[in-house]
Amino acid sequence: MTDVMDRPALKVVGTRPIRPDGVDKVTGRAQFGADFHLPGMLVGKIKRSPHAHARIVSIDTRKARALAGVKAVITAADLPDLASQEYEAGESASNLRDLSQNCMARDKALYQGHALAAVAAVSAQVADEALDLIEVVYEVLPHVIDVEAAMEPSAPVLHAHLFTEGLAERPATASNIAKVNRLGRGDLEAGFGEADVVVQGRYTTKAVHQGYIEPHACVAQVSQDGQCQVWSSSQGQFMVRTYCAKILGLEIADIRVTPAEIGGGFGGKTTVYLEPLALALSRQSGHPVKMVMTREEVFRATGPTSGAVIEVKLGAKQDGTIVAADVVLKYQAGAFPGSPVGAGSMTALAAYDIPNVAITGYDVVTNSPKVAAYRAPGAPISAFGVESAIDDLARELGMDPIVLREKNGVVSGVKAVYGPTYRDIGYLETLKAIKDHPHYAAPLGPNQGRGVAVGFWFNVGGESTAAVHVNEDGSAVVVTGNPDIGGSRASMAMMAAEVLGLPVEQVRPIVADTASIGFSMLTGGSRTTFATGMAVTQAAGKIVEDVKRRAALIWDTTVDKVAWESGQAVCLDATKSAVKPLTLAAIAAQAGRTGGPISAEVSLNAQGAGPGFAVHLCDVEIDRETGHVTVVRYTAAQDVGRAIHPAYVEGQIQGGVAQGVGWALNEEYIFDADGQMENAGFLDYRVPVASDLPMIDAVLVEVPNPRHPFGAKGVGEAPIVPPLAAVANAVRDALGVRMCDLPLSPPKIRAVVDGLAS
Amino acid sequence: MSKRHISTTVNGDAAEFLAEPGATLLDALRDELRLTGAKEGCGSGDCGACSVMVDGRLVCACLMLAPEAEGRRIETIEGMAQGGRLHPLQQKFLEHAALQCGFCTPGLLVAAKALLDQNPDPSETEVRYWLAGNLCRCTGYDKVIRAVMDAAADLRQVRRAS
Amino acid sequence: MSELDYLAPPTVEDAVRALAAGGGSAKVLGGGTDLLVQLRAGRIKPGVIVDLKRIPGAIGVREEAGGFVIGAATPGAVIGEHAGLVGAWPGVVEAANLIGSTQVQGRASLAGNLCNASPAADSVPAMIAAGATCLVVGPAGRREIPVEQVAVGPGRTSLAADEFVLEIRLPARPQRSGDAYLRSIPRTEMDIAVVGAGVALTLDAAGTVTAARVALGAVAPTALLVPEAGAAIVGTPLDETALEALDAAARAAARPISDKRGTADYRIKIAGVLARRAAAIAYRRAADQGRGGRA
Repeated sequence: MTDVMDRPALKVVGTRPIRPDGVDKVTGRAQFGADFHLPGMLVGKIKRSPHAHARIVSIDTRKARALAGVKAVITAADLPDLASQEYEAGESASNLRDLSQNCMARDKALYQGHALAAVAAVSAQVADEALDLIEVVYEVLPHVIDVEAAMEPSAPVLHAHLFTEGLAERPATASNIAKVNRLGRGDLEAGFGEADVVVQGRYTTKAVHQGYIEPHACVAQVSQDGQCQVWSSSQGQFMVRTYCAKILGLEIADIRVTPAEIGGGFGGKTTVYLEPLALALSRQSGHPVKMVMTREEVFRATGPTSGAVIEVKLGAKQDGTIVAADVVLKYQAGAFPGSPVGAGSMTALAAYDIPNVAITGYDVVTNSPKVAAYRAPGAPISAFGVESAIDDLARELGMDPIVLREKNGVVSGVKAVYGPTYRDIGYLETLKAIKDHPHYAAPLGPNQGRGVAVGFWFNVGGESTAAVHVNEDGSAVVVTGNPDIGGSRASMAMMAAEVLGLPVEQVRPIVADTASIGFSMLTGGSRTTFATGMAVTQAAGKIVEDVKRRAALIWDTTVDKVAWESGQAVCLDATKSAVKPLTLAAIAAQAGRTGGPISAEVSLNAQGAGPGFAVHLCDVEIDRETGHVTVVRYTAAQDVGRAIHPAYVEGQIQGGVAQGVGWALNEEYIFDADGQMENAGFLDYRVPVASDLPMIDAVLVEVPNPRHPFGAKGVGEAPIVPPLAAVANAVRDALGVRMCDLPLSPPKIRAVVDGLAS
Repeated sequence: MSKRHISTTVNGDAAEFLAEPGATLLDALRDELRLTGAKEGCGSGDCGACSVMVDGRLVCACLMLAPEAEGRRIETIEGMAQGGRLHPLQQKFLEHAALQCGFCTPGLLVAAKALLDQNPDPSETEVRYWLAGNLCRCTGYDKVIRAVMDAAADLRQVRRAS
Repeated sequence: MSELDYLAPPTVEDAVRALAAGGGSAKVLGGGTDLLVQLRAGRIKPGVIVDLKRIPGAIGVREEAGGFVIGAATPGAVIGEHAGLVGAWPGVVEAANLIGSTQVQGRASLAGNLCNASPAADSVPAMIAAGATCLVVGPAGRREIPVEQVAVGPGRTSLAADEFVLEIRLPARPQRSGDAYLRSIPRTEMDIAVVGAGVALTLDAAGTVTAARVALGAVAPTALLVPEAGAAIVGTPLDETALEALDAAARAAARPISDKRGTADYRIKIAGVLARRAAAIAYRRAADQGRGGRA
């Protein structure tokens, strides 16, 4: 591997060049999922369940098929009935049967909006009319959405085949509790026995949506020889390919997926909803089929993250040493198992070095959309509970909240609650960055309060492929298989340029389709800059080795007599003092005579991702009459390892904070008594707007990860972990009352104020 | 169903298209004229991704029927750069990294230009409220606001100089 | 397949004829910011849409006898740019300009906000407080009615299917008068009012309130004119006692429901808070005007 870290000065990494795909995106030229168009294309639409829970007695599609202009109609009967099988392809393992039945309900509709049938027609109007002509007979069943209600033995059971995993004995009856997971160490009882102070709380969060502005969209085409093409907006073209093959029973070699630009994902586009249906409709009709969700469909039928109940009990000695922690997490999974309670459990106490710990997590199915990954899946929820309790503990002990966290904070060499031993982490440095920030000492105004909270995310590596091709003029192309959601093309080009010694403008990064680059896991888990960046760096390193060899050939010397400096081959052979350095362009011009095209591809399974810690500081102001909470100042520090493109790193932090503030204050899925989502639109599902937020000061702490060539750690997930508690702790500071139920919407705040008065 | 023939001006040039009476201007721009820079994020006027100018007014193209466009002057993101030169707002969005996924960007740019055309020196609060109808889920708005303020400052200098 | 027709009649008479011909299946298009959303959601399936915007005068504000006539399809942005109107009825203008985003302001009209008959319509309490009327036209001719007589329930108006609002009319502003509108929403923008309050009042030279109209939104099936709330401050210098009485009267008049946007209990309390705050702003404006300052 080319180790560039020791080089005295990086020329490209750490600068802020204009992103290579930028002009396409500011001119409207960039092609997102819904922007593709093929001749003869049909419009595909989905018939969805109006009931939260119902047995599908029958689906009669005859009238729809008979309508002029309708070219295909499918139901679950047109898809293979898959056996239960766990499969690793998204951000976490998925069960293929569940995935298939989430795309198209088979026997039961499990949430309002669950797909039952799909049509392809010559126009949207005809498709809509066809949907109205599909006759479905339902047997409406009792439903359950609240997570604790779903855990009751008397609750309506969603899946007769679901028996709780993780219990000592296999249970005798089916349950909505899909799984119980336990994590821990030490002796909890003894730990609490040592404690001078015990705080506890029960906290709740509501289901919230990733809220990407681009609805899911794809175009699919199946030709008469069975070759399938998909253009879609997703976090991973290989993920789409794999899932389509599995759900439709196709060979992977017969499917080619081209990634569109993706209009936000945040984890929500790590699975498929439309693509298999569009392929099935295209196969039946012989035409390309385009499917685009409405915003309402996005809310009703795609993954929010879990609503949850979090119970936390902490015990500490008078000096602030936390000696015991008991955490119970109950997460909604939606219609099928797979909530992020596992990650929620693992991250819950990851920032704390506590000897006696028990964390119990429940994965609970409910009659709501199957949850999908959402930025640091599971972690903001458990952090909301834990960080609220830590804040209460600091008050109980009379300690500064940062000092309490420093006292109990993890450092390199400490074994994390979830298993591994930390290496090269920058948690204490990040705490210090906030403690030293002018914001921490700034005075507060009337009705204002200040909150601190911390967050953790593992960051991951995984399988990636990258290719670097040197063009005839010495410029280069970098090819990867990872969709660019937030500027990753820029960081890929920068890392390649750094190694090659080229100006970044001479490196064009491309995100390739599944037939044009080797396998890559999807963009998610904060893995791309780390893992795919490592592949890019290694491929560029191979290029450097290759051009050094070619220079040696040209100079008639040995490769050990050639150095690569500032983008040039320099001859170290004392006998060749007359030769001038050779630029990449000069070597590329002679490529034909030195072995042919200059090109390298690296596939790897990157290990050694460095975890990220975030420390957030939030000031709020409360209108005690109306109950409005305004975030008036926000500072977010994070250990990012090394910022490849600092502007986009800051952007990740600022965006994560905004989403977290929305989660804390106003965002929630609201269901009526029949289990219908009442706010399936951006009018009443209230994501923060520009006037809701202040500037967000992103402080980059750089404790390099030595297992990445430039020291990068993942960045995208950690920033959404602390805000829920940071806001809640600030509200606690301002009101003097702990509020435990998100969102902290105006009616709830006003009720608390009224309670104080009476 | 009979389509209507609509004559408009789009980005300075005469443009004609056919549209169902119930189709929106956004449908017409995207599906008939293949100007896909305006995006549909919600279809209900709540996200601003389809922002365009109609007769000099900022509107959501999803909240206007295509036949209403008859005889109107429409400007879209595709007309914002002049020839080979980006508009200063486009340039500042790039320099400030004011976009991540880029989906909301065309709408934000059209809306921001409408602001600066009528208010060359907006305060941060004015920019935030003007752009409140343009949802961005990636950036937390910080760099977007900075880019707009910076572009405004540049444009003021250009005006003073000329 | 259901055919949808779009008509843009050039005269009032043509529009009336088009509506009459359409029977119950005709819908009037002003700014369209509600109509298109309902169309898209499938909540309405009209046979014909009658666009008012090609009727001369449908877009624009004109001063008439010291008052203002606002064309039915005049967008909020045009209203906000009319200096005379902004000076005379700042509360109505700020209410109109609170509807939706800047983009929506490019289209949404007062008449549309009124005839959509949402109990939460921002401009309606402000117009009621200001004593606005509207000119309704139909096959039987023209009639002018107070705006509070238009909505009869959520989504329902007193207008016949072949009638429409052609103009909104605001009276001349009395001397030493001011108006204001405030609403409460969870965010800072882009939401439907959880509660809205409009206040218009007139002072005497000594600063005593001589007349006051208070209207509330989103606390009943239609926007409410609350005479008791107005009466609570008439004869006072809007001191703390008067504001308390106003607050209590507003709360007493509120009879809201609990829904996804707020609880009934919260709405009642906020009705009082906003009435008080809006009255204070209106009072300041009236007093400034009395001093010859800008409203």
